[in-house]
Amino acid sequence: MMGRGSCFESMIGRKMTLQPKIVARNVVKTYPSADGKVLAIDDFNLEVADGEFVCIVGPSGCGKSTFLRILAGLIPLTSGTVEIRRDIQAKKPLNSMVFQEYAIYPWKTVRDNVAFGLEMRGLPKKTRYTIVDDWLNRVGLQQFANYYPHQLSGGMKQRVSIARALANDPEVLLMDEPLGALDAQMRLVLQEELLKLWEIDRKTVVYITHSIDEAILLGDRVIVMTAHPGRKKVEFTIEIPRPRVIETMATPEFAAYKGIIWEALKNEVAQVYGEPL
Amino acid sequence: MSFRLLRRQPAVREILLAVSAAVILNGLVTILRSWPDYWPLTLFINFILLVFIAERIGGLIPIRYKPLYDRLLAFGFPVLVLLCWEVLVNAGLLNGRWFPAPSSILAALWDLAVNYDRFNKSSLIGRPWLIPEEWVNHGLVGVQSLFSESHVYATLSRVFLGFMFGSLPGIVVGMAMGMNATIRNMLDMTLSALYVLPKIAIFPIMMLLFADPFGEGPKIAVVAISAFFLVTISTMTGVQQIDPVLIQAGRNYGANRWQMFRHVIIPGALPMIFSGLRLALGTGLIVIVAIEFVRAKIGVGRVILYYWEILSTPKMYAGLFVAMILGVILTYGLQLIERLIMPWQRK
Repeated sequence: MMGRGSCFESMIGRKMTLQPKIVARNVVKTYPSADGKVLAIDDFNLEVADGEFVCIVGPSGCGKSTFLRILAGLIPLTSGTVEIRRDIQAKKPLNSMVFQEYAIYPWKTVRDNVAFGLEMRGLPKKTRYTIVDDWLNRVGLQQFANYYPHQLSGGMKQRVSIARALANDPEVLLMDEPLGALDAQMRLVLQEELLKLWEIDRKTVVYITHSIDEAILLGDRVIVMTAHPGRKKVEFTIEIPRPRVIETMATPEFAAYKGIIWEALKNEVAQVYGEPL
Repeated sequence: MSFRLLRRQPAVREILLAVSAAVILNGLVTILRSWPDYWPLTLFINFILLVFIAERIGGLIPIRYKPLYDRLLAFGFPVLVLLCWEVLVNAGLLNGRWFPAPSSILAALWDLAVNYDRFNKSSLIGRPWLIPEEWVNHGLVGVQSLFSESHVYATLSRVFLGFMFGSLPGIVVGMAMGMNATIRNMLDMTLSALYVLPKIAIFPIMMLLFADPFGEGPKIAVVAISAFFLVTISTMTGVQQIDPVLIQAGRNYGANRWQMFRHVIIPGALPMIFSGLRLALGTGLIVIVAIEFVRAKIGVGRVILYYWEILSTPKMYAGLFVAMILGVILTYGLQLIERLIMPWQRK
């Protein structure tokens, strides 16, 4: 496991703020079960700088989604601390999450789905729709504003979900395998769209994924988690210059990262499937 | 073009073959005067041939007109059955006393609709054409007396009131059970046990509980109770089957308790609530007709039983037909509301 020092080193030089946006210290999560407690996350530490894009990869069931939900305040942690530093003047919502299962509401139109966070915060309809229509334009869904989700494809549904999070303009964006349910080609399309959208305002992002490619392409930093229970195994700073595009994945630099990250990950994956790789 | 013709020809030949088989069969039965003995079997074979012919014709219909053709089958078949019924009664093959011809049922229905039954002091639909006259002569009381003589109004108001008194609390209790595990654990088993109880069985209890055992109270109460169980259980299921990730999203985007209820729980449970309401309405109609058989001076169930008692079968069937129409209208009305409230379910 790498110390906190190395964390800070990786931040220096990329963004001005020295104070990290997200600080998670010694996070432990146990679930009660019929035969005692199950340890899901063990002593997980994470610091994310303002404007940093951090990807977390790990084998299935390593607790990475659980950690994200702890960050989002959706489930309580057993011990440790989690803090998202907010800009007091901006009065933004703390975090907005993009779920793998889209989690958009079948009974709301595309426009009202994207406006959901704004509506919950009590913004008047006119203001909401001005913001929302702008985001619908950016994700290319303007002509589907009045459609219901069942009329959309998977890729479009996830665009709605991403637009909902971005329109909410949170301090940090939490993404839980957002492209996991899409087919390989749609993933590529949305990866590139995500890169473009992120370049606009460079929000702080914690991004959970299964895909090493995706993690390297999107992230400033890639954190590899161990199999059950989830601990931080090792982390890599991705020095590939931005802006990145899909073609970046064809560079030797990219391949080198992929090699070393897979080297770190494969023993963990083997542990899940119970066979040596 | 020639290819299409080639492909179609066998179907056409088969249709002609089936039609001629039908002609020969029916002709033979007629010549041999075997209708009285063999009419059920003959009709059955005719039905098989009809299915065969209709299916082959369906294969020839262009895709564009297929929905129209399917509709024709759906409406054409019952018309055909009614026609056969009429012919069988007129030919003396079917006893018109027990199975009166559709035309005589229709005549009876008309008779019931326009005439006032002096003996029972009632009419089927309450003679609405007298409303202006009564209004002028006796005011509101006169109009009310017209309503109170109507069988259809009596049945409809019982079903409607019982449905309302049962399903509204049902939705509330079902919501509470769906959202709170403790309430669910306390009530679920008991409700499931009571749910299987035939609701008519509680009618005597209701007659004991109400001051006027022969009045409207006990009747409405039984409909309400049967609706309550159905709606409660389906509402609870509806709330429980909401995808947890939708609730997480609601919390993540800052929905407070009321917003969660209004934007996530209610719309998420609505499809199941409506399927409960549909069941409750159907059951309500069954229950009310059964109760009207047992104890009612007025109501569609009473019409059916009364004309059975005096062996006026066309009118008995007319009553049956009215009950059916009521069911259709109520179900259709509910469907209309469903489509208005849940626009996202429209295709």
